[in-house]
Amino acid sequence: MRTGNGGRRMGEINGHTVLFLFFGILACLFSLAVVFSANVVRMAFYLILALAATSGLHFLAGADFVGTMQLVLYVGGTLVLLVFGVMLTAQNPFISLRTAGGDWIVAALVGGILLVILVPVAFQIGLPPQDAGDIEGLTQREAVASSEPVSVPTATRIGLGLLGVPGDDVSGYLLPFEIISIHLLVVLVGAAYLARAKRKVVVRQESQNSAGS
Amino acid sequence: MFDLLTQPVGLTHYLIVGAVMFVAGAVCMATKRNALGVLMGIELVLNGANLNFVAFGSNFLERNPAYQLGLDGQIISLFVIVLAAAEAAVALAIVLNFYNNHSTVDVDRADELKG
Repeated sequence: MRTGNGGRRMGEINGHTVLFLFFGILACLFSLAVVFSANVVRMAFYLILALAATSGLHFLAGADFVGTMQLVLYVGGTLVLLVFGVMLTAQNPFISLRTAGGDWIVAALVGGILLVILVPVAFQIGLPPQDAGDIEGLTQREAVASSEPVSVPTATRIGLGLLGVPGDDVSGYLLPFEIISIHLLVVLVGAAYLARAKRKVVVRQESQNSAGS
Repeated sequence: MFDLLTQPVGLTHYLIVGAVMFVAGAVCMATKRNALGVLMGIELVLNGANLNFVAFGSNFLERNPAYQLGLDGQIISLFVIVLAAAEAAVALAIVLNFYNNHSTVDVDRADELKG
């Protein structure tokens, strides 16, 4: 993982910039490909590539554990589930369902308005401050942010945070962790209940009739 | 606005990629008639939001230190990943049940509850 030292000089193309452009353009292109593709099988494939590129962006931002979990849980788990759904339902009339023209116009309008709102906000809040000398009055977390970044693996600190041990730049998350654990258990039981094989009621009635007679 | 390519990678770059993914997911949710396409749109929206969380929590980007989220951003994005997995499991079970009962995955034909 790179330190941000080389990036401080303006106008210099370094490895971080090149990798960011590669993964960022890949993520944007494949997200748009998901929208504009009509074939559901190709949509699933483009979605896998877009999410893998997003995990590359996570690695570049210094979030190694989150990037790994993105690959393992999202690309390896959730999308395999989606591809199974696609394979189970990909009968011929449903592979490419066409959208009506009016829906495209309304959706493009809404999407354009969202983008026009979001991009200026990104420019407004994303820029670094002009005067960097005002370190006085920063909280400890902001002081951590403004100091030179060091490449420390985040897994230990994330694990301690999930166990409720607050660190210097992380709060304790024991209660949300427990809630989400119970939630995941309930959801898995519910999904297995919903997707179970239906018993044939007719067969049971026939067997009862044969037993009674 | 067009000097992004000459600047070092900062929070703005990540926010723009996240915004593009979010809008693509929203449009995908609105336009797809296949129920699985709608699910894919939801995944895209969640990933765009996740990218923003990670970018706000990162120490490696050019940014205003007042917007520092620390490691909390990464933990929140882990929660989002787990919730997305749970949501995909339940939604897929519902879609498969709908497909078994109606032999279609077109969400426009899921209108039996309409009055």
